[in-house]
Amino acid sequence: MGRNKLSRFKHLKRVFGAGGLIIILATVLSACNLPAFGGYKGATAQGHDTHMLYAWLVIAAIVVGGITLSLLLWAIFRYRKKSDTIPKQFQYHIPLEITYTVIPIIIVLIVFFFTVNVENKVDAVSTHPYVKIKVTAFQWGWNFDYPQLHVDVHGVTLQNPEMVLPTGKTARITLVSADVVHGFYVRQFNFSRYAQPGVVNVFDLTVRHSGTYQGQCTQFCGLYHAEMLFRVKSVSPTQFWSWVHQEQAEGHSKVVSQLPSPVVKVRSTNSRTKI
Amino acid sequence: MTLLEEKQLIPTEETKHATTEHHEPSGLIKWLTSTDHKVIGKSYMFTALILMIIGGAMALIMRLQLTSQHSSLLSFQQYNELFTMHGSIMIYLFVGPFAFGGLANYVVPLQIGAPDMAFPRLNALSYWLYLGGSIIMLLGFFTASGAADFGWVAYAPLSSAVNSPGAGPDAWIAALVLTGFSAIFTGVNLVTTIFYLRAPGMTMFRMPIFVWNMLVTAILILMAFPVLTSALIMLYADRHFGMDIFSVKGGGVPVLWQNLFWFWGHPEVYILALPFFGVVTEIIPVFSKKPIFGYKGMVFATLAIAALSTGVWGHHMFTTGVVLLPFFSLLSLLIAVPTGIKFFNWIATMWRGQITFTTPMLMCIGFLITFLIGGLTGMFLASPPVDFQMHDTYFVVAHFHSVIFALVLAAVGALYYWWPKMFGWYLNDKIGKVQFWLLFIGVNATVVPWYILGLHGMPRRVAVYKVGMGWHALNIAATVGADITGLSFLVFLLNIYLSWDKKVPAPSNPWDGTTLEWFTSSPPPTHNFTRIPPIRSERPVWDFNHPDAIAISAHSQKAPLINGAPPGNGRATNGNAREATISGSANSGTTETVESD
Repeated sequence: MGRNKLSRFKHLKRVFGAGGLIIILATVLSACNLPAFGGYKGATAQGHDTHMLYAWLVIAAIVVGGITLSLLLWAIFRYRKKSDTIPKQFQYHIPLEITYTVIPIIIVLIVFFFTVNVENKVDAVSTHPYVKIKVTAFQWGWNFDYPQLHVDVHGVTLQNPEMVLPTGKTARITLVSADVVHGFYVRQFNFSRYAQPGVVNVFDLTVRHSGTYQGQCTQFCGLYHAEMLFRVKSVSPTQFWSWVHQEQAEGHSKVVSQLPSPVVKVRSTNSRTKI
Repeated sequence: MTLLEEKQLIPTEETKHATTEHHEPSGLIKWLTSTDHKVIGKSYMFTALILMIIGGAMALIMRLQLTSQHSSLLSFQQYNELFTMHGSIMIYLFVGPFAFGGLANYVVPLQIGAPDMAFPRLNALSYWLYLGGSIIMLLGFFTASGAADFGWVAYAPLSSAVNSPGAGPDAWIAALVLTGFSAIFTGVNLVTTIFYLRAPGMTMFRMPIFVWNMLVTAILILMAFPVLTSALIMLYADRHFGMDIFSVKGGGVPVLWQNLFWFWGHPEVYILALPFFGVVTEIIPVFSKKPIFGYKGMVFATLAIAALSTGVWGHHMFTTGVVLLPFFSLLSLLIAVPTGIKFFNWIATMWRGQITFTTPMLMCIGFLITFLIGGLTGMFLASPPVDFQMHDTYFVVAHFHSVIFALVLAAVGALYYWWPKMFGWYLNDKIGKVQFWLLFIGVNATVVPWYILGLHGMPRRVAVYKVGMGWHALNIAATVGADITGLSFLVFLLNIYLSWDKKVPAPSNPWDGTTLEWFTSSPPPTHNFTRIPPIRSERPVWDFNHPDAIAISAHSQKAPLINGAPPGNGRATNGNAREATISGSANSGTTETVESD
């Protein structure tokens, strides 16, 4: 029994040792920038918070996955059959089982804590947005309406309509759908939201860096889903206002008055031919 | 001993009469008319594998389309039909029916010492509904509108009569209603069989883990499938009788479809997974020569997964903006705990064992590694902000393909493992190992590029993608992986053919198996058992063959975990003297075990 206790103590020490290492690693890493880990660092403030959470999850997954995989590979290589003797038939070890129940629960609670934290930041809606935009998704295109500014941008499929945002300012997006479920998604923003009939979704985007970002419908919405593209162009507030004035002067000339042309809308057996 | 001497295997007048009276049909008539769970189980597995080959071929065509950015191999319409049918076939018609219709049907009655399922004719009805449904779904391709093209999830209102007119979508709905009923009947059958037809001595906590998992799967089926089936009937009514349940115009709520669908859809994930967790839990101990580590923990983990799985459907809807994010997030994350318990139990089972790397064991190891990747990436998607980033991108596609490919590895392992029992001859182990490496490398070479594609923002369900997004090379890599996966199944078919040609005969217990199915002949007789060993633990056949190696608890090494006498006491090594015999006629379906002393 004494030997057992000792080995259990060693085991605990090892577990806490690993925990300590993670904490040290965490402080070191939070001081510098976390790597992108294949994703985007987030062109918006909200997207950047998401990226930080994602990067931490990658680190956690590498640690947890690494330990689990090492144990698995060790078992496979170390306990390859060597003789015909029947191994000891042990079946239960309650302290061990409790250990690998409690540790995952702790990990889950930590992940949940940070998740809620970031989720509240990403979903937060400011009381005084700089600009309000109503985005309407339809089969198969996008409409970006700036109701206070009387500017309306409209485009179908490969026309790639452009939503212009002021960099560094908060834009309030109200997202709706004219027909089926669509997905508003910009990869550099690390964010997507459904545009659904019967649901009005509201969220904020605060772009950090000026630039043009490719967006696309992500929720399958019918025949031309793959070509339901749009762009988000973020410019300095000065450039934003000059764009607004230019649009107002042109007087909605860009607006296509009717919904996508009937040729696109019709779904018949003809659509089976090449397009 | 006197009891044993009384019950010899001498055919009495009564049994002789019964055997001459009972003519077993053979050939095609046998397959068409049988209510034997073994025949139905094999029919299920055969049908499911054919459908998997069809669905897999569709996947390969789609991969070919995506190899170049603006491929004109398929039109948008054809591509949309293909991914809808690929998903539908694989989820509704292959993985699930293969597991709870095929494997469970074949293995559960054998493992609990039962002569058949509780309701043999209902069982046959299940199979015929499933076959009928599958054919109807495929017939969608021959309708004027083409097959269903709204994705396997059929989100309203894209699936409405206006947005998706035609007979193809209707065929899809009808097919799923039929297979839904088939699943419900199978669920009823499995629950009843496991509760009422266990052999004497087979208490709940002496059931093999596979049986436990099938019981929990069946309960999940009974909770989830009626919801899907009724939602489909609502959808049909919307399409044809103007019910407007899912349309805004008529005062309906489109997002209700998503709620109903995923209320089935997430338990469905575990309806697919739990049977294969069971398979792995059967195979690993046998080839490690050890009992499953933490048997009771395993059972409670299964129950916990099932319980949690009914409360996590909202994680498919994080980006709808209409679900309570923290609730669904926490419950989804918590599923990692019981799943982790299972994973560590599998590793602990191999720990200090004597592992032999036969094909079934290799497939299980492939399952573990692939499933580990799928499980860890699931943690990302359970976190709403990260899900906002990943949702509907290839990251999600990669995540669930990791999980399902892991199940496929386990399914192929299960076939190699139970094949000698089902047919009386082995599949070639060397070709099996070739298949393992192709399959394991193929599936991971497919999903790893997908994870990166998802992080780079490639949306799912697109037939073409924009030049200059940086997705091209990764798509080529994924196609190569998919082709290797396809090749592995050609090797599998070749193996079946070559092994069938040779027919290396298998004994009743080729792997030193531990559960009851290895006690009867290979293949088993019509009513499964002519004799049954005493059942003192979840490993009755092991206890019978290795009376000196009874399971022990690791930290109190003396206490035997088997009720009754301590190990070795009164257990003669001469097996024949201790065999219990069946009383009465095999046709009556009653079996009786005799305690050894």
